[in-house]
Amino acid sequence: MRKDVDISGKLDWASVLLYVVLVTFGWINIFAAVYDETANQTIWDLSLNSGRQLIFIAASFVIILAIIILDMRFYETFAYLFYGIILFVLVLVPILGKEVGGNKSWIGIGSFGVQPSEFAKFVTALAIAKFMGSVGFKMENNRNQFILLGLIAIPMALILLQKDFGTAIVFTAFIFVFFREGMSPFIMIVGVSAATIAILTLIVENQWYLHGAIAAVLVALIFFGKRKLKRIMVLCSGAVILMITIESFDYIVNNVLPIRHKKRLEALVDPDFDPMGINWNVTQSKIAIGSGGFAGKGFLKGTQTKFDFVPEQSTDFIFCTIGEEHGWLGSLIVIMLFMALLLRVIFIAERQKSKFSRAYGYAVASIFFFHFAINIGMTIGLFPVIGIPLPFFSYGGSSLWSFTILLFILLKLDAHRGQVLQRI
Amino acid sequence: MNEGRKDILQVIFIVVGLIFLIKLFFIQVLDNKYAELADGNVILRQVEYPFRGLIYDRNQKLIVFNSPEFDLEVVIKDVKNFDSAKFCSVFEISREELRARFKAMKARKEYSPFKPTIFMNQLSNVDFAKVQDHLESFPGFYVQARTTRSYATPALANALGYVSEISKTNLDRDLTKIYKQGDYVGQSGIEYFYEEQLRGKRGVRFKLRNVKGIEKGAFKNGLYDTLSVPGQNLTTGIDIDLQQYGEMLMKGKSGSIVAIEPATGEILSLVSGPSYDPNLLTGRNYSSNFKQISIDSMKPLFNRPLMAQYRPGSIFKIAQAMTALQEKVITPETRIRCDRNIINCHGAHSNEDLRGAIANSCNPYFHNVLRRMLNKGVVNDPFGDTRIGLEEWDKHIMSFGFGRKLGIDLPNEKEGLVPTPAYYDRAYRSQAWKFSNIYSLAIGEGENLVVPIQMANFAAIIANRGFYYTPHLVKAIGADNKPLPQYQERHYTLIDSSYFIVAVDAMQKVVEEGTGQYRAKLADIIVCGKTGTVQNAPPLFDHSVFIAFAPRDNPKIAISVYVEDAGQGARAAASIASLMIEKYLLGATKRPHIESYVLAGKFE
Repeated sequence: MRKDVDISGKLDWASVLLYVVLVTFGWINIFAAVYDETANQTIWDLSLNSGRQLIFIAASFVIILAIIILDMRFYETFAYLFYGIILFVLVLVPILGKEVGGNKSWIGIGSFGVQPSEFAKFVTALAIAKFMGSVGFKMENNRNQFILLGLIAIPMALILLQKDFGTAIVFTAFIFVFFREGMSPFIMIVGVSAATIAILTLIVENQWYLHGAIAAVLVALIFFGKRKLKRIMVLCSGAVILMITIESFDYIVNNVLPIRHKKRLEALVDPDFDPMGINWNVTQSKIAIGSGGFAGKGFLKGTQTKFDFVPEQSTDFIFCTIGEEHGWLGSLIVIMLFMALLLRVIFIAERQKSKFSRAYGYAVASIFFFHFAINIGMTIGLFPVIGIPLPFFSYGGSSLWSFTILLFILLKLDAHRGQVLQRI
Repeated sequence: MNEGRKDILQVIFIVVGLIFLIKLFFIQVLDNKYAELADGNVILRQVEYPFRGLIYDRNQKLIVFNSPEFDLEVVIKDVKNFDSAKFCSVFEISREELRARFKAMKARKEYSPFKPTIFMNQLSNVDFAKVQDHLESFPGFYVQARTTRSYATPALANALGYVSEISKTNLDRDLTKIYKQGDYVGQSGIEYFYEEQLRGKRGVRFKLRNVKGIEKGAFKNGLYDTLSVPGQNLTTGIDIDLQQYGEMLMKGKSGSIVAIEPATGEILSLVSGPSYDPNLLTGRNYSSNFKQISIDSMKPLFNRPLMAQYRPGSIFKIAQAMTALQEKVITPETRIRCDRNIINCHGAHSNEDLRGAIANSCNPYFHNVLRRMLNKGVVNDPFGDTRIGLEEWDKHIMSFGFGRKLGIDLPNEKEGLVPTPAYYDRAYRSQAWKFSNIYSLAIGEGENLVVPIQMANFAAIIANRGFYYTPHLVKAIGADNKPLPQYQERHYTLIDSSYFIVAVDAMQKVVEEGTGQYRAKLADIIVCGKTGTVQNAPPLFDHSVFIAFAPRDNPKIAISVYVEDAGQGARAAASIASLMIEKYLLGATKRPHIESYVLAGKFE
């Protein structure tokens, strides 16, 4: 056994503990979501999602072992190769794939199916981390920014071809990494404004009001601020970008987006819109969570999830079971656990000596955060319904393994941080 | 470089976490709405519909009962591989209708693709048997059972009434909150009048259910459950055989037959012609059939025994006679010359006593009698004198049940009319009217109006020699075995019962000696009757009217028969009345020629 395999002393046991707690809670919770009082089944029953999830968890431990055994340089060295392979697989998916729940993102291996798009997340994270960690990389360089954008956009586009809108949108999470590594905040600000404007486009019927408002703000900013040519140019270009956003968003919503996504967006801005139809999921999800009260109805005592009022209650809407059976206290604990994990990952990322490891650490934090925020936000009606899993809680092998790999590659890199020469 | 940015990112993460916790606190702890909605989701309030009470005839023959019917429900989310062509052929509907049904269903406010929604209602037993085998080829479609009314015979439709889904307006008007949307409720007839007794009490069971409405056990082990209580059974005084016989005799005619048991006021039969088959107003075709029946120019929904108002005609002379005796303006022996200069008359008679005058229906006699009653000379002014006389006269006439609702146990009864001084004041727009203006009252051709049930009741009063029980259909309710209290009370007229023997004698004489009344005469039974011919505007024939009771002593049946546009009372009405009496007392007629005469329907 090689010396660097025995890293137990250097492994970040706090993260491992959080991981184990989350996965265990998640597993028990899946049982609660599918539990049928009359069926006399145990949590181990392989015909239940909980039994199968246990197999996935066991497989995760094998994966973790493999990650730890492999040489730490393996991940950085072969990052682009992995990236190439996953792009190839993603191209194949629409040809070989089978359709599950409206998405054509699965390929079958025997009786099991896997979602390559799930694995594209950590592969892309490695690739952008490698690129950002390369010698002489400067975030300010336009060419570099363009390449990074391409690295994200290509897998995103391929996943969109599988009609898996949810997974594709996760790739925008990497903007946090770029921001940490020196991307101009201007892009973030315009991004957030664009998102706000997009939502306003849905609410405000006549977009000429929005154009007028932007123009008014622009004039005010130019008039009251320093009247330097550069500042005026920046403000004007920002305003033009926002106006283009309005028009293109309007176009996308009305002409490009599948009807179901368009309706979900409309449902978000109008919670009373069609509660029995398009808003059924969110309405029922909120009823399930809201009926949990302060301390919850108790383990296996939830009625809304068990009796199938909440759709997809063991995958995308798994948080409903937590909210219903464990109430606000349970929700608090789960959210605190995620917060702890996210902050711990950032802490780990910051103590890396290589830029590659740090960028990768931020990618892990960003992806976890994005899944956490979108998923829970959707179940309580703060985000549109976008089908992405809650890490470690949603039932499913591909997503569990993908999150496990993401986290443990970081822990592996972290365990060897002392061996890395600082390259900044 | 960019060290500070890690803090910005951490702040963003924490802020999002806090926003979630605050939002969760709002919906989980502060807002009770979701807990209620959750209960509404899973707690199935399963209503156990009670059996509606059954309706029997006087011989305990079942007239109205419940039979199962089925609603076809659909959960849209569970519908898979829907073969619309097969569906249309199995359920025998057109493609357009199928499309229309889906559209109508989705337009409903409470519609949800996740919940069972009624797709087709009131499939009959036969329909259900037909589609049952095919049901499994239509996943998502389910069948829900309930009961509907069925009728053993096509008779008695208007008296029984019908049951249908409660209307939106009635539901809003129901302050007791007993009814829910989709409930069936009596809409007319006995079903309406005895709704409270018939409907029973709903039971409720609280069950847990999943999103497809599939039960998942009792809520709190049935702590809040109640059992349904079936409605009370009703026993009517109707003789359903007699009723059917009456309807057969009335076939093709307009009019009514009302037969009453005088000793109790129980209605033996209540025929309204033309009628309809009550089975048409149950089940799936209720709406289309109802529409057709209600636009029928013969008005089968018009309940003639209670609602048709006629002038009383000659029969009214009996009431005149009784009143005159009571007011002591004549005695039974009083003879009055048949002076046809005053008012025309018919038949060969000249100077009859009271019995003879009734039997011969002498118009001048009763003209004179009414004058004696209205102008007693209490005051010198002829106008004032008539006024005083009329007031007195009204009191006596009304005590026979004329001019007001009798209070039968059916809706929509009409009052008829007994003109009062106030009525003539309005009609003449002054008090300047006197006997010579209103003398038509004397022969029942004035302003007064009666309904057939009042005439049958009048026959019962004479049969009883001066009293009546309010005519009623239901003689026993539920286990109580008693009618409603108002039907157990004996009502006396203001006429001394000793005077009635005159009316009885006269009516016997009408049947036995009168000119055309031989058709009412029976070999073994003494029938007492009186014809009436209600003048109709030419070229229409007069209405044929006959009242009777039999036997003369200890009468078992009192009857009134109206046949519209059929000429003299001695023909159509007298024949029908006597056939009914025969049928009721003897079980069948011994005079087939009279029966054929009635069935042929040519009375001219």
